[in-house]
Amino acid sequence: MAFYDGVFNALGLRDWCDAGGDGGPLTMAELLAQANNTDVEEASFWNMPFPSLDNLNDACASFGRSRDMTDAVENGFLAIKGALKAVLDPITQPLSWALDGSMALFEATPWYILISLMMALAYYASRSWKIVGMVAATFLFMAFIDHYLAAVQTLSIIFVCTTVSVLIGVPVGILMSKNDTTQRFAVPVLDMLQTLPTFVYLVPLIYLFSVTESKLYGIAIILYAVVPIIRLTDLGIRLVDQDVVEAADAFGMSSRQKLLGVEIPLALPNIMAGLNQTIMMSLAMVVIASLVSAPGLGVLVLSGIRSLELGVGLVSGFCIVLLAIMLDRVSKAALERVNVSHKR
Amino acid sequence: MSDPKISIRNLYKIFGDAPEDALTHVKNGMGKPELLEKHGHVLGLQDINVDMQAGEITVIMGLSGSGKSTLIRHLNRLIEPTDGEVVVNGEDVLAYDEDQLRGLRRNIMSMVFQKFALLPHKTVLQNTSMSAGIRGENVAEAEKRNRGWLDRVGLAGYEDHYPHQLSGGMQQRVGIARALGSDSEIMLMDEAFSALDPLIRTDMQDLLLELQKELHKTIVFITHDLDEALKLADHLVILKDGRVVQQGDPQHILLNPSDPYIEEFVSDINCARVLRCCSVMTRNDGNPEADGVIDVNDNLESVITLSGGDTSKTYQVNEDGAPVGTLAMKDLMVWLVPRVASGEVKPDA
Ligand SMILES: Nc1ncnc2c1ncn2[C@@H]1O[C@H](COP(=O)(O)OP(=O)(O)OP(=O)(O)O)[C@@H](O)[C@H]1O
Ligand SMILES: [Mg+2]
Repeated sequence: MAFYDGVFNALGLRDWCDAGGDGGPLTMAELLAQANNTDVEEASFWNMPFPSLDNLNDACASFGRSRDMTDAVENGFLAIKGALKAVLDPITQPLSWALDGSMALFEATPWYILISLMMALAYYASRSWKIVGMVAATFLFMAFIDHYLAAVQTLSIIFVCTTVSVLIGVPVGILMSKNDTTQRFAVPVLDMLQTLPTFVYLVPLIYLFSVTESKLYGIAIILYAVVPIIRLTDLGIRLVDQDVVEAADAFGMSSRQKLLGVEIPLALPNIMAGLNQTIMMSLAMVVIASLVSAPGLGVLVLSGIRSLELGVGLVSGFCIVLLAIMLDRVSKAALERVNVSHKR
Repeated sequence: MSDPKISIRNLYKIFGDAPEDALTHVKNGMGKPELLEKHGHVLGLQDINVDMQAGEITVIMGLSGSGKSTLIRHLNRLIEPTDGEVVVNGEDVLAYDEDQLRGLRRNIMSMVFQKFALLPHKTVLQNTSMSAGIRGENVAEAEKRNRGWLDRVGLAGYEDHYPHQLSGGMQQRVGIARALGSDSEIMLMDEAFSALDPLIRTDMQDLLLELQKELHKTIVFITHDLDEALKLADHLVILKDGRVVQQGDPQHILLNPSDPYIEEFVSDINCARVLRCCSVMTRNDGNPEADGVIDVNDNLESVITLSGGDTSKTYQVNEDGAPVGTLAMKDLMVWLVPRVASGEVKPDA
């Protein structure tokens, strides 16, 4: 005798309910009750159960159970999976190539050349010998404790994902800044991407792409890391001094000239700040993405956790911190340089 | 008089969601406060009619919020009018499509801004050559040419500085050099000197007059300062609440204010410095018995200095060396008393 029987009887829906089938397999609660040989407790108004799917199903078989609902969601997802995959697979395939190619290139480059290149890049970005020294020290230290390969793999992934994030994020940010409607629709999506726990969107991605494909973690990282550069590009362009934009109009600039010659250069400090955050978020994500087979330092941390080897986990964690500081300093120094030349 | 370079006809501008409806109310005589209160629309400009002659400086003056910036931005259509016509070089600017409008802004009109509005990431020389870059001309060649303009505005040696390294006055010189570098016939200047301190401001006014003597551009200059307006204007337009309250020769307006609003402006003015002999002299063939000879363009202050304060003296006024009138010190003194609106109108000069 279920609690809501009376309700359906009173509404005259008994026939409709009974036509709903045998009620399907037992729920866990029913199984337990049967095993313990206790009857389901007699219901009073005081302990009235919430009219949830499961409880309604007790009284009226025409209602599905919550398990039927999750099944339906799963079936729905599986039903569109084929179509989704057919569209997304070719679009995202270049990402796999880029990740694999870059990984191969980074790994194949001799360590002394790669470290020199990194130092050159750091100098180009920051024009500061102190930072170049820090980059060199970081790499040499990690190489010395045999974490060089993992660090380089992590770096390669960050490099590709940041590049793609910029290629996607800057145009999207520009579009948002030019069009209030676009912004209104984009902001909730960005909010969601940023607040969703990483694991939540790993789930559908695992269904869509095979774990052996590098684009799986690539997409996970980019979805997370693209947000700040979009936001800050949008903000940067909206914050461009309207007097200067008016001057550009008054001298007859076309919208293209204005975008390339005024808006993007003046928004550059903000865009660079977005780039800094994008790099840092890629790093954060690449560690988590080791759960879905992203190589690099994250794998070492993960294996440290799995095999309860405290030392392995801590040392590789420390390397991640070093990498983070290095990337942050270099990109901040680049930002600083842009800021100085943009002072008004 | 030849055809005006710029001619504004029955121009109306109403800010709001439904300016067309509001326009009918305004044309039926509704005023600015009433329009705002009853219909939530701001009356920016109403029934503006101004002709601007080639080679002259037209000064538009009015208090803050009187619609000066709104008016000047109609000339290059940074703001679209609600109703009316803007004719430049005989062509209706409002009929222009995007391309023609860009052409107008690139080749015919240049603009100088109150807040300078230089490109902060470009050097002074690059800023000066902005126009050439926009037109797609050879920038290197333009830069060579524009060094001359920078020299002319007193910025030689600063070519490779960035705007933030310069003082406000110097930045505005760059702004002027940028406008000159575009080689346009018309220069629009929106409170170009208002952000500068008084001494620099006087320098810049002198610079502008000096350049104008050579270049004979058509300049539309906006200011809220009557001294500046009187110093620069060939033609003065006074705006109030989006309406033209008086326009004409500045000396004439000074001597014949048509409205208490203008009178208020005028009362603070040092007439002796602003008024010129031609405005107050008696027109005749000169007087051989005069105590001395002065020029039509001398201001009254210099005449007073010349006379040493002796009110009994009389001077002959010459224009280009030929006598055109006489000026008695006794009469001169009367002109120095502040004018009153309408009522008793002083004899026209
Ligand atoms: N975009 C706009 N929307 C609504 N009202 C506006 C807009 N632009 C200007 N106005 C109104 O039009 C009137 C004239 O403004 P305008 O900027 O032309 O004044 P101004 O004479 O240049 O003043 P200032 O000396 O302070 O620069 C003001 O009442 C202002 O509130
Ligand atoms: Mg203004």
